[in-house]
Amino acid sequence: MAEITLRINGSAETLDVQPQVSLLDALREHLGLTGTKKGCDQGACGACTVLADGERINSCLALAMQYEGREITTIEGLDHPLQEAFVRADGLQCGYCTSGQICSAVGMLAEHKEGAPSAATEDLEAAEEELSDEEIRERMSGNLCRCGAYNGIVSAIKEVA
Amino acid sequence: MTVVGAPIDRVDGKAKTTGAARFAAEYALPGLAHAALVYANIARGRITALDTTAARAVPGVLAVLTHQNSPTVKPAPKVSMLNLSTLVSGTQVNYLQTDEVHFDGQPIAVVVAETSASAKEAASLIRTEYAAMESTVDFAAAEPDAKVQPNNPLMRGEEKKGDAEKALSEADVTVDLRFTTPPHAHNALEPHSTTAVWEGDHLTVYDATQSIDWVRSHLAVRFAVPTGNVRVLAPFVGGGFGGKGSVWAGTLLAALAARATGRPVRLMLTREGVYRTVGGRTASTQRVALGADRDGKLRALIHASVARTGRVGGMPEQITSQSRHLYDAEHILVRQSLVELDLLPNTFMRAPGESIGTFAVEAAIDELAAELGMDPIALRMRNEPAVNPMDGKKFAHRMLREAYTLGAEKFGWHERTPEPGSMRDGRWLVGMGVASAYHPANRFAANVTVRLSADGTVLVRCGFQEMGMGGATAQAQIAADALGVPFEAVRVEYGDSELPMSPGAGGSMQTASIANSLLEACEKVKHSVQALAKRTGGEGYEDILRRANVPHIEAAVGSDTRFGRIAGQARFMTNFLLEQRRWVKAAAGVQFCEVRVDRDTGEIRVSRWLGVFDIGTVINHKMASSQLRGGIVMGLGMALSEETLIDPRTGRIMNPSLAEYHVPVHADIPPIDVSFLDDPDPTMPLGLLGAGELGITGVAAAVANAIHHATGNRVRELPITLDKVL
Repeated sequence: MAEITLRINGSAETLDVQPQVSLLDALREHLGLTGTKKGCDQGACGACTVLADGERINSCLALAMQYEGREITTIEGLDHPLQEAFVRADGLQCGYCTSGQICSAVGMLAEHKEGAPSAATEDLEAAEEELSDEEIRERMSGNLCRCGAYNGIVSAIKEVA
Repeated sequence: MTVVGAPIDRVDGKAKTTGAARFAAEYALPGLAHAALVYANIARGRITALDTTAARAVPGVLAVLTHQNSPTVKPAPKVSMLNLSTLVSGTQVNYLQTDEVHFDGQPIAVVVAETSASAKEAASLIRTEYAAMESTVDFAAAEPDAKVQPNNPLMRGEEKKGDAEKALSEADVTVDLRFTTPPHAHNALEPHSTTAVWEGDHLTVYDATQSIDWVRSHLAVRFAVPTGNVRVLAPFVGGGFGGKGSVWAGTLLAALAARATGRPVRLMLTREGVYRTVGGRTASTQRVALGADRDGKLRALIHASVARTGRVGGMPEQITSQSRHLYDAEHILVRQSLVELDLLPNTFMRAPGESIGTFAVEAAIDELAAELGMDPIALRMRNEPAVNPMDGKKFAHRMLREAYTLGAEKFGWHERTPEPGSMRDGRWLVGMGVASAYHPANRFAANVTVRLSADGTVLVRCGFQEMGMGGATAQAQIAADALGVPFEAVRVEYGDSELPMSPGAGGSMQTASIANSLLEACEKVKHSVQALAKRTGGEGYEDILRRANVPHIEAAVGSDTRFGRIAGQARFMTNFLLEQRRWVKAAAGVQFCEVRVDRDTGEIRVSRWLGVFDIGTVINHKMASSQLRGGIVMGLGMALSEETLIDPRTGRIMNPSLAEYHVPVHADIPPIDVSFLDDPDPTMPLGLLGAGELGITGVAAAVANAIHHATGNRVRELPITLDKVL
């Protein structure tokens, strides 16, 4: 066990964890922040996506100890127009992937704003192309939704982008 | 007032977009311990040695439970049609009560520890030796030994009209085809999870389940306590698709671990654990043979399937279900056969039967159309029956003609040039395909209470779970209209076995079942209000209740006493059988697909999708569209990428992860255009037909037919991966 201090949603949280504990388990089991979901614990589904200094990461693949000093934002700390847009566009059904989809979308919009290309980007030189449906779908493909709410999620992101 | 039909936002949307909605593994109980499972890695045999020394030495480990030290658990009850909750056991294996291994993946030990990390570490240190016994695990090798499925009250294993084989041999034009479909896994994003706590002889479980009431009955039997001592809570469930319809090992072992340690225990299966311990969809082989006159009139329809169950459980899939209702063939033969394997039992997965059955029959119809040189829609319309083809029963509702007409127009079917490979867009070969969707409609018994308060608010109580279908929203819409109050005035309490009994989510029956009782309860409330008004006068609920000095009026439908439940179930079975004798009821529709296939690499992209569906009255257009889209998305996975790989030598699942079992991702899914005919079914409450399963039916066939149109290749084995197209 080791004591670490994480900055979560703007406040400092001190906790005792075993070295193998993931950021995801630290959030869910040690801090009671269960809004971040565990779907596969292997980095394949994206349900555990959180923001670390504004960048989206799979928290199941991140060791809690390595994230001391980083600013972690989870769904509980988010206040973003995407959240209401998801409801309006019905970009969710069971709700289990939703936190990850929303955190991922927030990170994705920032990446796009900074000019990061994706596999769907036609012209790498062109700056700040509008986010097409195809771009959104490509950039969000790390977040699985088994209920199949993909169309609604894309609409919600488009509405806010 | 018409709230029914309105595209209202789901009432739990905010809870789900802020992280507030709590799922089964998210209840922080004082003193909570964590459990992890150890799985057998042989298909059949006995455990000869189980060394837990290293596991017990891991700091924080509270207990290592095995068959050598587990508290006693009663065996699963025998299946009885008089008590439908007996159907809920995923397997007949009494975990940790025996040294016998019945399938690869069977849990053989449970570690309980202070943290999930310790439990996981300790579980990895347990060493087991086995005496393996001979096992049968290879579906393909066992297929020739398949036996015709025994009849059950819901469906006969074999049905025939006339002599289909003879008619086939005499028909002008025939196709006689073999299709195969692989096993599939539900992969609900929330892994099966249970938090269990005992207080004396009282058990509370927060469980990821689609069957709150049956889980409760089952756990009571297994732990030998009265049913009333068990409470099951499942307000939010992270997807199920049938995979959370039964009680699987995790639920039982969490309760067992809590009992053994005296601590509240949380058991969240790993993704691998879900594959190892929760059944999926059976593999199938299917023969579809069709014989027709030159003008397309069907003379013979044969649909024969082989599927599998497990030696220790499983359900026979109704693979030929739709083939009994879709086409007006003069001679029909349907037959479902089964093999029993030493594998984790199969279970229902979204539209069990029809999802893979429609693939075969709807692809075969397309092949027959090509043989005849007919348009595939024209061939279907040529054989659209006026009454149920098998026995002449009436259809309660049948709007396939309307669905095809509207769908063809909206999709632009007339732009399709019939010749395969004739439509191109640069390097892409473009194809258009179509198929029918079909799913039977039924109802279960449901208990509901409705309380109208003097402040004008309404409380509906029913113990269903919220799994994404939007039950609380839909039932609030129904109650609002039935009582003539605003939608916002209605609150629905759900997700708890302490509430009036709800049927589980299965067979697309839940919404209609609850609606039926809800409407009745609302009528009772209205009668009571009218009676009050006669006595004391007044206008409008609030005024009447206030004048009468009555704080609220409550009405109940169904009784949660033991006798009441038995009576309710008997009423349901009688009603079910009577209705089955009178009507053929189903939701139906049509799926249109456009694919693009890369002429060099064989890469397949679905570029357009349109569905027109007849689900009777639509309660909420927004949520119903989502549910149908969800079915289509899962169907696209089935068509193009999904396959549980089972090692034919060992019976071990080889791809138990979301990295190796490929469900559709954002990039795979085009905009899906969903329309409804929105015409009430006269035999169902409010005219509504279930919408949960219809969407997946017909999808794989529409894709296969479109791929044929694009490339000229017929692929009859799912999934249609690019190597099969090249």
